[in-house]
Amino acid sequence: MTTIKSPRARRTRKTGRRHPLASVALIAIGLLFTGGAYVAFSSSTAVATTDASSQQTIAEGEKLFAANCATCHGLSAQGSSEGPSLIGVGAASVDFQVGTGRMPMQMQGPQAQKKPVQFTTEQTAALAAYVASLAPGPAVPAAELLDAAGNAATGAELFRINCAMCHNVAGAGGALTEGKFAPAIENVSAQHIYEAMITGPQNMPVFNDMNITPEDKRDIITYLKYVEDNPSPGGLALGSLGPVAEGLFIWIFGLGAIVALTVWITAKSN
Amino acid sequence: MTTLTTRESAEDQAVGAKKTGGFTAAAANYIDERTSISGAVKELGRKIFPDHWSFLLGEVALYSFVIILLSGSFLTFFFQASMAEVIYDGSYAPLKGIPMSAAMSSTMDISFDIRGGLLMRQVHHWAALLFVASIGLHMLRIYFTGAFRKPRELNWVIGFVLFILAMAEGFTGYSLPDDLLSGNGLRIIDGLIKGIPVAGTWVSFLLFGGEFPGTDIVGRLYSLHILLLPAIIVALIAMHLLFVVVHKHTQYPAAGHTNQNVVGYPVLPVYAAKAGGFFFIVFGVVMLIASFFTINPIWNYGPYDPSPVSAGTQPDWYIGFADGAMRLIPTGWEFVWLNHTYSLNIFLVLVVVGLFIVTVMIYPFIEGWITGDKREHHVLDRPRNAPTRTAIGAAGVTFYASLWAAASSDIMATHFHLTMEGVIHTLQATTLLGPFVAFFIAKRVCLALQKKDREIVLHGYESGRIVRLPGGEFVEVHQPVDEYERWKLVSYSDFKPLMLRPNAQGKIGASEKIRAGLSRWFFEDRITPVTQTELNHAHGDHPAEITDK
Repeated sequence: MTTIKSPRARRTRKTGRRHPLASVALIAIGLLFTGGAYVAFSSSTAVATTDASSQQTIAEGEKLFAANCATCHGLSAQGSSEGPSLIGVGAASVDFQVGTGRMPMQMQGPQAQKKPVQFTTEQTAALAAYVASLAPGPAVPAAELLDAAGNAATGAELFRINCAMCHNVAGAGGALTEGKFAPAIENVSAQHIYEAMITGPQNMPVFNDMNITPEDKRDIITYLKYVEDNPSPGGLALGSLGPVAEGLFIWIFGLGAIVALTVWITAKSN
Repeated sequence: MTTLTTRESAEDQAVGAKKTGGFTAAAANYIDERTSISGAVKELGRKIFPDHWSFLLGEVALYSFVIILLSGSFLTFFFQASMAEVIYDGSYAPLKGIPMSAAMSSTMDISFDIRGGLLMRQVHHWAALLFVASIGLHMLRIYFTGAFRKPRELNWVIGFVLFILAMAEGFTGYSLPDDLLSGNGLRIIDGLIKGIPVAGTWVSFLLFGGEFPGTDIVGRLYSLHILLLPAIIVALIAMHLLFVVVHKHTQYPAAGHTNQNVVGYPVLPVYAAKAGGFFFIVFGVVMLIASFFTINPIWNYGPYDPSPVSAGTQPDWYIGFADGAMRLIPTGWEFVWLNHTYSLNIFLVLVVVGLFIVTVMIYPFIEGWITGDKREHHVLDRPRNAPTRTAIGAAGVTFYASLWAAASSDIMATHFHLTMEGVIHTLQATTLLGPFVAFFIAKRVCLALQKKDREIVLHGYESGRIVRLPGGEFVEVHQPVDEYERWKLVSYSDFKPLMLRPNAQGKIGASEKIRAGLSRWFFEDRITPVTQTELNHAHGDHPAEITDK
């Protein structure tokens, strides 16, 4: 088969290469690749580049870093015995850790806790730009992935399969070993949810784009925002903690009310 | 039926215009002439029930069961007990287009697309939780007041079987929607069954119709849940209540309360009105809870799929103690022998929980054997007046509560900022040591309370009034306790440890020795009730009795 076909193939290729328009096509293809690569590169770091491109922002970030982070992470973010190296963690990681108040860390413990945010948005962006300038890493996600307008059903299924074992089906959080825990995902911004998935903060695994595609991540965010925005159809959700909360409720309030009523019924009339 | 009867009796009344007593009398007469029911009404209507709030707990259980039957019947109209795969196409957006079983899909429809369906589901589930909880509290009341003693031992066993059946009803119901949570629960049951040496795997395959989860289990649980178990429960409830009528109700010790009488209100009209009204109160409470609080949000859990398990997956509260026992077992308690794996970590839980359940069930017979008490008891014990029994109860409650708490170890860890390991190790300690501590403390507290009672009977209450006697002596006036109160404080039976006596052959058997030992353990530390002589003596030498006039 191949021996019969190959001379013909060679012939077509020869005519193709000698075609008068071949060089024009070659230039067009070359331009397309260069331009496409440029567009792809610039769009993937679109949010970061608005500030990161300016050397001034990076310099400002470096100053902030030296003042607030270098104690643990080292003067050039190379890490120390107190904190990991930040070279290559990317802007997304900085935006998540600093943007949710987890960094700078209040104290060493099983894991960094969420707390009031310590830096303004501009300062956080500057820090992120500085860390991103050290080595390439995951960038802050583009706005179109954070609109929570994907498919909630797909998102819910992906969430149950990939996230619920630690974060609970309704995102109410759950326990891990040695005092660590998966936090509740209520009132967490879409951007931070996305960044958590791509950077895997604390004990969370990294869900890269090969594992869960950006579109799937958008669906997961859609589901979480659906749960957050729509109150439980059955009434108060009791923290979405499941049967433990329900059992405590029926023993304390249900049976408590009933016992109070039995006392009232059998009380001697005055 | 009833409308027909009343119309006929109305006609009856119209024809015999001379009849007096009005419509009610005529209707009653009509029914009595055809059923001779007046004998039963006379007998039952004059039945006396003592009034105490704790005597209503069993009623709460009964009423919850009625609510469960009513709401459950509604749910059967719409629920499909099938594991056939369908694509959900109901109102709840985050599940649209997801494949699931017909059971899950129909439960979703009940929740979102059938008018009143979600309310009825929540009424059913909340009432089920209340049902088992009220049985539990009812049992604690019976135990700590000694109401299980002769002649009520069998009724204790019936009641306890009802408790087990209620848990079985709860668990089968919990598993029916085929959602992620219930599927995980079933998987644990499957694991428990498979943990039984040799037979486990076969039993599991028999139950699930092949490898878990299969496509049979929901249908099978449905038959149990709506047919077999409720039928047995109804029959046992009837027996339970019949025994209450036959034995007469117990009463707390108080002035005039003896083993021969029952002090209280007759069923008709007072008690029937109260109890009837109480049904609606319980119904109202359940309705309010079901209207305002979500229970078992299956839309969050999604359809069952063997791969995902949610954090915070727990059974309903009444299965919690078994789940907790599984969490407390240390790791690595399995071994391989003759090419078979023996999972002691699972099997031991079955054995311990089984032993605990059987011990509680036969407790009346154990205590009866130890005390050798063959008398009938219709007056309850105040818990302090049976220190060892109360202490055993406290130990049992501590053991159960530790297992129960362990089922929420992860929730405790996250909500109280503890480590999981710390919670588990603490609960392992309280499970093993807690009962002994609780036994000791409860017994000492009972004895101390008995001493206090004795002191009150003999010397009355300290009034805080200091009186100077003519001789110059200062004494504090003690207010003597009134007769009614004294009755309550002194009327309890005193037990002495059994004496070891040789039988007809002149021998002392091993079982007699054990029994005497246990009896000594039961009654060694005791405070005897105040006797008349002691009382007279106490009053005789009590100068404060003069009081100031």
